[in-house]
Amino acid sequence: MAGGNPAGPSFKRKNAMSVDTATVARIASLARIKVTEEEIAAMVPELNGILAWVEQLGEVNVEGIAPMTAVIPNKQRLREDIVNADPLTGGDVQDKVLSNAPAGEHGFFGVPKVIE
Amino acid sequence: MSDYRIQGATGEWEVVIGLEVHAQISTQAKLFSGAATAFGAEPNTQVSLVDAAMPGMLPVPNMECIRQAVRTGLAINAQINKWSRFDRKNYFYADLPQGYQISQLYHPIVGEGAIEVQLDDKNPESTKTIGIERIHVEQDAGKLMHDQHPTMSYVDLNRSGVALMEIVSRPDMRSPAEAGAYLSKLRTILRYVGSCDGNMDQGSMRADVNVSVRKPGEPFGTRTETKNVNSVRFVMAVVEQEAKRQVAVLEDGGKIVQETRLYDPDRNETRSMRSKEDAHDYRYFPDPDLLPVELDDAFLEECRASLPELPDAKRHRYESVLGLSAYNAGVLTAEVETSRWFEALLAESAAKQGKPESEVAKQAANWLTSELFGALNKLGKGLAESPVSPEAGGELLALVGKGTISGSAAKQVLEKMLETGDAPGVIVEREGLTQTSDTGAIEAAVDAVLAANADKVEQYKGGKEALFGFFVGQTMKAMQGKGNPGLVNEVLKAKLG
Amino acid sequence: MTDLTDLGVAAIREGVAKGEFTAVEVAGAFNAAVAAAQPALNAFITLTPEKALEAAAAVDADRAGGKALGKMAGVPIGMKDLFATTGTTTTAASNILGNFVPPYESTVSQKLWDAGAGMLGKLNLDQFAMGSSNETSAFGNVISPWRREGSDAQLAPGGSSGGSSAAVSARIAPAATGTDTGGSIRQPAAFTGISGIKPTYGRCSRWGIVAFASSLDQAGPMARDVRDCAIMLEAMAGFDPKDSTSLDMPVPEWEANLNADLRGKKVGIPREYRMDGMDADVARVWDEGIAWLKDAGAEIVDINLAHTKYALPAYYIIAPAEASSNLARYDGVRYGLRDLPQGAGLQDMYAATRAAGFGAEVKRRIMIGTYVLSAGFYDAYYTQAQKVRTLISRDFMDAFQTVDVILAPTAPTAAFGLGEMVSDPLAMYLNDVFAVPASLAGLPAMSVPAGLDRQGLPLGLQLIGRPFDEQGVLDAGLAIESRAGFTARPAKWW
Repeated sequence: MAGGNPAGPSFKRKNAMSVDTATVARIASLARIKVTEEEIAAMVPELNGILAWVEQLGEVNVEGIAPMTAVIPNKQRLREDIVNADPLTGGDVQDKVLSNAPAGEHGFFGVPKVIE
Repeated sequence: MSDYRIQGATGEWEVVIGLEVHAQISTQAKLFSGAATAFGAEPNTQVSLVDAAMPGMLPVPNMECIRQAVRTGLAINAQINKWSRFDRKNYFYADLPQGYQISQLYHPIVGEGAIEVQLDDKNPESTKTIGIERIHVEQDAGKLMHDQHPTMSYVDLNRSGVALMEIVSRPDMRSPAEAGAYLSKLRTILRYVGSCDGNMDQGSMRADVNVSVRKPGEPFGTRTETKNVNSVRFVMAVVEQEAKRQVAVLEDGGKIVQETRLYDPDRNETRSMRSKEDAHDYRYFPDPDLLPVELDDAFLEECRASLPELPDAKRHRYESVLGLSAYNAGVLTAEVETSRWFEALLAESAAKQGKPESEVAKQAANWLTSELFGALNKLGKGLAESPVSPEAGGELLALVGKGTISGSAAKQVLEKMLETGDAPGVIVEREGLTQTSDTGAIEAAVDAVLAANADKVEQYKGGKEALFGFFVGQTMKAMQGKGNPGLVNEVLKAKLG
Repeated sequence: MTDLTDLGVAAIREGVAKGEFTAVEVAGAFNAAVAAAQPALNAFITLTPEKALEAAAAVDADRAGGKALGKMAGVPIGMKDLFATTGTTTTAASNILGNFVPPYESTVSQKLWDAGAGMLGKLNLDQFAMGSSNETSAFGNVISPWRREGSDAQLAPGGSSGGSSAAVSARIAPAATGTDTGGSIRQPAAFTGISGIKPTYGRCSRWGIVAFASSLDQAGPMARDVRDCAIMLEAMAGFDPKDSTSLDMPVPEWEANLNADLRGKKVGIPREYRMDGMDADVARVWDEGIAWLKDAGAEIVDINLAHTKYALPAYYIIAPAEASSNLARYDGVRYGLRDLPQGAGLQDMYAATRAAGFGAEVKRRIMIGTYVLSAGFYDAYYTQAQKVRTLISRDFMDAFQTVDVILAPTAPTAAFGLGEMVSDPLAMYLNDVFAVPASLAGLPAMSVPAGLDRQGLPLGLQLIGRPFDEQGVLDAGLAIESRAGFTARPAKWW
């Protein structure tokens, strides 16, 4: 990434946040999406176009403005500590939990062996 | 202050330790779903559609998790944040069905607090305050099993979504002993509060151990984090081994890499976990499926009012009000079950004798810590499995206190109680252990003892006063332990002039 | 006898209740219409004629037994394939869920079945509801039943609820569910000459709806007219303890309270929506709308929504950020597609599965979202966007100090042709410019058909209301509907 300001990039600097192929490859890896070099090459200008466009947000004076936390003023409800109070969000549904599993046996899901 | 130092080739090194303790919150249901949390269920049975991260499933927080975190915060005198919220920590792993862990980074529910640890059991002055930076609430992950199949790892999501508190200390510890004392004390507090069962064998409590070394007076060195250490002993071992390893690396001209490590108890060493490439870009952001948690004063007050007497306060009261020794007070308050047992014993004993607790507390404490603990120890049992109940113990103490039986008879009665489970009164009756205060009988016994030991009487009179105890013992033996010791003494003194 | 497929929700319900026809007859007629149109329009991903008949038979039996009938009794509907339906494949129009059969039913669909509705099938959509033209579906484009005058070029039905809009406007479903994250109910409704309402965020439970962007997603009805929308929204809405963001409020009687008399009401016209180079037909229809609301008794007031131009960029940070996280669960471990290349480890399996399972637009948004949340960029992008969102919401709240409802176009253009926009993602995003601000503020907003452009394609007008004031939105929508006299419908070519 251009700049390398340790405090993080600023919108105010023009094109400060354009991505290159290495960045796109890193992001794809973070997102666990396998991409070919051709796909990366195609994504670079697309993402840069979108990022350059969203950077206009930097123009907005947000001093003293809190980030939105609840779109409609509302506060978190808390549920009672009761097991299986609602069967739709309770346990003891092993058959349902496993019904779509691509692999597994003996009540477990199966994944390629992980070497730790 | 700790004077724990590692002797290196270049001089002394100091170790700096911080602990991140994950404590499972004691609840029936999970943090965001109604599935059960009980240990040891069949795989994937305690998993709801929410925990399996089925499409469209949503989290709703369990009030008890919030309540227990707040109570724990209050118990360590921490700041409680009335406004907190949950964030997502994003990473991919097979034990993490959502692809993110719901945790609290930016606005944890509990802020700064502290606990006081005692480094030496025998020395109440050897205390140190360890700062706690924060406590936040988060989801536990599922479990992977690697040894069941040649090419697959198995995934069990029973633990997935169980509520944890992450209790983050400041880097305030300076020795393995301090780290051990901190973890023990924290465990004691959690168990008193009832927010965590502290069961380290079942993974209810585990620590990530952050260790760095430095020359005394220098700034902090680079730290490593050894994950998921599940006993006090292992935490102490990790600190010791990791500090030694770091000193060796540094003195060898190397650098410490900030990394995650694992402890291998079989080899007593830590080793690097293969670092995942992007392991540290967790892309935290507020969970948009959840709203800010807002607590009101009434809720906080209810949490505060529900707290039990905490170990430090209890220990202080045992010493100052009940008059116990510092050592006994420490032993009796170290585990919440022990203090509960003791208090039940004390209440029963005091009630049966019609005396205030403070008058009979020492007797109860001594009996519990020496007689009963000793006996249970021989049986290989803990207090929880004691065949003697606090009520029965209180009855036994009252029998002694009221002079119905002697102290030595009480030892015999306890043995019988442990064997048979019978009540002490029944045993005393059956075995005829009621002590006698019949002066005539005592005088007869004393006369016989003195007659049979004329030589010793001579020696006593010649100034060997230590023999007095011998005469008492012989008299008690002759009376099969039933003589009232006070009267026996009195009669002996009179007869020996 | 009338063609039953010409009837909307209210008419079907009434006819069934009066015994003019049976619910089974209605279901049969729509099942046949769906089957006939499916090869041409591709509005559905899965057809469930038996479900429609089964629900209809139950309603007929209830009626015969003298039982009370539900709000949607006898009405067969299309269900957007984003709502989990027990035992019926739920794909989100993605290969990654191509074989996913939910063992659970979404709250909203369950409420509709409980109200007596039946399911004609699962409707096509943009993949994971990401798109504005229904061209990102893994199950093929939906073809709009509309055509430009003198042309047979294929048009977009809008998106993401493109299957829903196509089905309702083609008269193969009297109504359909939609979801709206940044216009996905309103824009397709506008493109196809039907009505659709996105209620206040939290009115409809999100439980069981495949998530796109949690802080924006809202379900709502799409139907032929305002009354049908009111009826169906009543059946869909309501508090759900399983959704933390669900509103714990009673559901008003929107249908019974419908009132197109706007005397005493003030309607705001946001200056910022009148953009340079605005389509002349869109501007004309908007002006007509203003005149109609005046005619209905409302006072017209110019208002400022100063941060309007920043709504789309903020949306394209917030929605992808949430999506990148919401879609992390599609990893091939517990359900859905798994792509396990020879010798692949766990992390390779994830990358291969997600590469094979997600379409290009979904990947693009996951990439953007991952980037804007990544270390060092979070505050500059995400926090800034959420602050701007606060300002956008505040603009609306300030305006609602003065006005009761806001009138604006739904979309900047009429329907565009399939393939015209796909090569330029940004141009596609800009189609939601008028829809997104209300989404960011969580406000109830509806599109009603208002007229045709010079090519004979429908144009919609949008009404935006105060939080919880769906009634005000529906009433103003009804005032427009009753004056616009919109009777155009696509000529049947399929």
